[in-house]
Amino acid sequence: MTQFLQEVNDRIKGVPIQRCFHCRKCTAGCPMASVMEHNPNKVIKMIQLGMKDEVLKSSTIWLCASCETCVTRCPNDVDIARMMDVLREMAVEKGIAVPQKNILALHKAFLSSIKMFGRVNEPIMLAHYKLLSGDYFSDLDMGLSMFLKGKITPFGPRTKDMSSVKKIFKDTKLS
Amino acid sequence: MKVSYYPGCSLHATAKEYDQSVKAVSAALGIELKEVEDWSCCGATAAHSTNFKLSVALSARNLVAAEKDAMDVMVPCAACFNRFKSAQHNLKEDAELKKEIEKAVGKPYKGSVAVRTPIDIIANDIGLDNLKSKVRKPLKGIKPVAYYGCLLLRPPEVCQFDDYENPVLLDKMMAALGAEPKQWSYKTDCCGGSMSISRSDVVKKMADKFMAMAREADANCIVVACPLCQANLDMRASGNNRVPVFYFTELIGVALGLGGAQDWFKLHNIDSKPLLSGLGLL
Repeated sequence: MTQFLQEVNDRIKGVPIQRCFHCRKCTAGCPMASVMEHNPNKVIKMIQLGMKDEVLKSSTIWLCASCETCVTRCPNDVDIARMMDVLREMAVEKGIAVPQKNILALHKAFLSSIKMFGRVNEPIMLAHYKLLSGDYFSDLDMGLSMFLKGKITPFGPRTKDMSSVKKIFKDTKLS
Repeated sequence: MKVSYYPGCSLHATAKEYDQSVKAVSAALGIELKEVEDWSCCGATAAHSTNFKLSVALSARNLVAAEKDAMDVMVPCAACFNRFKSAQHNLKEDAELKKEIEKAVGKPYKGSVAVRTPIDIIANDIGLDNLKSKVRKPLKGIKPVAYYGCLLLRPPEVCQFDDYENPVLLDKMMAALGAEPKQWSYKTDCCGGSMSISRSDVVKKMADKFMAMAREADANCIVVACPLCQANLDMRASGNNRVPVFYFTELIGVALGLGGAQDWFKLHNIDSKPLLSGLGLL
């Protein structure tokens, strides 16, 4: 039961999350709490209770927008935003099916664009996102309008030294 | 003064007008920009959400490249700014991590350059009085609410930018340009960031709320310093409730009477011509 708590704390490398006394300032200020399955402070309690599966499978960890309001206002300096990063990383490592699959699909498409070009090539990244998410038809009008304004182009400048970028991806690959 | 310049991916795409206006304003204020050589993406939300070390290494690659020129780095995109400041913070605190990251980047990381926003450089190095003295077209009738968002401010010990619950730098800058900044309670709220694509339903509600609150504060535009905030408010807010969303550098450009400003606004989704032309500013 304590193993999960220990693992999360070890990865955060900051204040132990059990310092939380559930004042709920994090939840009160969270812009995504209204669509989350569990409130941010509840996630802390769930980790303390060893509810690893429930936490890593929950949509909450993916719906966190990383705005860092929680950690900024926490009276005990618990880094909840970093905790959400840690939980997402653990879920990816374990290959857990993500309930908010579009969110992970966007992250994957984004990173694969960096791996390919060193920079984000928006048209190619968005096409890749659509393939991964199956969300083919949303925002096509917006994309077309941006393309016509010359805002997005598949031919933007790319990073030249791609071997250094590829090495970063290789050396930091999750086990 | 001369600084390194890291545009980042957005400023070459969806935030082109931010890049163009930063460059025009910098030239007019005597800030020489030298682009960081062969830069790559900072990793943004996608990297830190899924792989911590990847996120630090992607940022570190650019910081190392900037260290070669040994000047302050101007980073207009709030997301890139936040990732660089976070990477510097992590690398300073954790010697073991630094070793690993240096190995991945293939070069030593010194932590020797200051990562700065153009707001900071213009307000603190150029000075608001100096900026004010260069105004040729005071922004009379422009009533902006300043929207700082998340990534310039939080976490405060990492960003070290401005008062993190009630930032004022953009408000002061707008006042120096002759505008009449309005006060509101949403300065530091989140726009939803990258959720704009994967959960546009949520972001749309946020954008509509900000537009309604800006109007309630008697503002006629919103001024931002982040490509994500600009895109989310400009693209996602519903039809009949909108006010234009400007990058602060665009408004500086108008006030300084810089040529080419009208081309920036053509790239916006919300038409800002009625407001600017109506006030005789374009």
